[in-house]
Amino acid sequence: MTEWRPPFALVGAWLGLLALLALTVTLAYAPLGAANAVVALGIGTIKAMLVAAIFMELRHRSGLTLIFAGAGLFWLGILLWLGSMDFLTRT
Amino acid sequence: MSDKNYLTTDYTLRSWFLTTDHKRIAILYFASLIFFFFIGGAAATAIRIELATPQADLVSSDVYNRLFTMHGIIMVWFFLIPSIPNTLGNFVVPLMIGARDLAFPRLNLMSWYIFMLGGCITLFAILAGGVDTGWTFYTPFSTLYSNSYVIVAAAGVFIAGFSSILTGLNFIVTIHRLRAPGLTWYRLPLFLWSLYATSVILVLATPVLAITLLLMATERFFGVGIFDPRIGGDPLLFQHLFWFYSHPAVYIMILPGMGVINELVSCFSRKEVFGYKFVAWCSVAIAAVGFLVWGHHMFVSGQSLVASLVFSFMSFIVAVPSAIKVFNWTATLHKGSIHFDAPMLYALAFIGLFTIGGLTGLFLACLAFDVHATDTYFVVAHFHYIMVGGMVTAYFGGLHYWWPKITGRLYSEYWARTAAVLIFFGFNLTFFPQFILGAEGMPRRYHVYPPEFQVWNVLSSGGAAILAVAYLMPLFYLGYSAFHGRRAPANPWNAPGLEWQTSSPPPEFNFASQPVVTRAPYQYNEHFQAEPQNA
Repeated sequence: MTEWRPPFALVGAWLGLLALLALTVTLAYAPLGAANAVVALGIGTIKAMLVAAIFMELRHRSGLTLIFAGAGLFWLGILLWLGSMDFLTRT
Repeated sequence: MSDKNYLTTDYTLRSWFLTTDHKRIAILYFASLIFFFFIGGAAATAIRIELATPQADLVSSDVYNRLFTMHGIIMVWFFLIPSIPNTLGNFVVPLMIGARDLAFPRLNLMSWYIFMLGGCITLFAILAGGVDTGWTFYTPFSTLYSNSYVIVAAAGVFIAGFSSILTGLNFIVTIHRLRAPGLTWYRLPLFLWSLYATSVILVLATPVLAITLLLMATERFFGVGIFDPRIGGDPLLFQHLFWFYSHPAVYIMILPGMGVINELVSCFSRKEVFGYKFVAWCSVAIAAVGFLVWGHHMFVSGQSLVASLVFSFMSFIVAVPSAIKVFNWTATLHKGSIHFDAPMLYALAFIGLFTIGGLTGLFLACLAFDVHATDTYFVVAHFHYIMVGGMVTAYFGGLHYWWPKITGRLYSEYWARTAAVLIFFGFNLTFFPQFILGAEGMPRRYHVYPPEFQVWNVLSSGGAAILAVAYLMPLFYLGYSAFHGRRAPANPWNAPGLEWQTSSPPPEFNFASQPVVTRAPYQYNEHFQAEPQNA
């Protein structure tokens, strides 16, 4: 039986995610004012892309798979956009 | 050639419960859905009997709340959503594209087991203690006040959601990968376009429902502030998440119904569907725009006026592709050689009922009218016209259309036509009075009401009695035909679809040899112009 070792990309992505998590927690306490949310969302986006590209292996997939993955993200965007529009415009 | 078909290859229970044949799995779904339909129907019957008089003669308010909740949960999640995709779709998708089976046959069987597990858990919750939240599980009622069976019921729905996602995935991959040579996208039957659009919604929206129910359970068990404002949550967040799934779910129900109607209208008018490409892309448009309108369920929830205006506008837009479909069916009928066989009667009923349901949907998309009509019987009538008048009628139409293919037997046209007419009549008598009740201000979910509403309620309950009988009739004449009906030829309707080019019932692997498609669908040329053989 051959000995299996996790590919470097997986371990690297995992370490990267942990580092980004640490960065998120640290910056949450930094006095950035309104920029706090922007920074947190930015880091979150990078984390999501890492998961999609490395763990979900989307970087190796065909165009059709990428279209469906993109569609999922697009519709999540619609949910967040229209949902937050209500929260932001409530009087 | 062997005369063995998918029904006669093996008779053991094991061969049924471990089958990976899409046709047998469709039959498993069919039997399960009949079971759930009659449970949901029994609750509806009790509701209509209670409402025949203004007083609480039959049940207490508490029991009434549990009854309409049971009716809603069972009918929406365990009948309307899976009915056409999982029974008719499962059966005919591979046949219509000339394939041996779906892309993932074992996943297909697993979907059925997951569906049954979810259904049984929900049924347990309903029978053990009952749930009184309504099918929407609105917070804070579901997280703070209702009994704990609400979480069990939601868990059942959560699990059933996985079945939906897997079925959607299976259909998408099957339609992409397993089409017969020559079967290009614009040669696909429109039923498959609508199932494809439905599958996209299933895959993209169902996870949101699952997450919402999970969050609800998290808040209830661990006190995490998600929806409860006292601990930092927002109850409207629940409604946003819930309706982000549940409004597209309406299209999960109605799009496959529209797909069935395309097949029926074309076949029984002996004409090509008018504006094929428009109808096909309208399915996709409905699926896409359907994701932008969920807020019209929340006009009086405390949602911001800006959001309400945007959602109101979007709701008008989604009516456009639906209207295109109705106009195109009408244009298909125009100058057609119309045969009033039972499936066609159901299709015509669908067009009428769906139009009324759709137009009253536009009323409700108007902010001002919606404020007046919210939580009245107008809303109840509207969505029953769409979901029961539309979807269930289409389901019955499709079932009659493909019944000879499924069972290899012909049913009694006389009884089938009688049932179709009775369903149309009973349905209108049940639900049209509810528009008037709603416009006059009778609230939904009440089991006692002022006496001046009784006349309309009695008419509605009388209609429901007719409807109940009419829904029972197919159980008898179709059940009889399955065992004693005349043998069906391979193509009793003289239709050009691939599914009619194999024997009835089909052999285990559908086609003796791989079919090749050389022309557009619905080409009712001289060969197919002949009378349906079942007439």
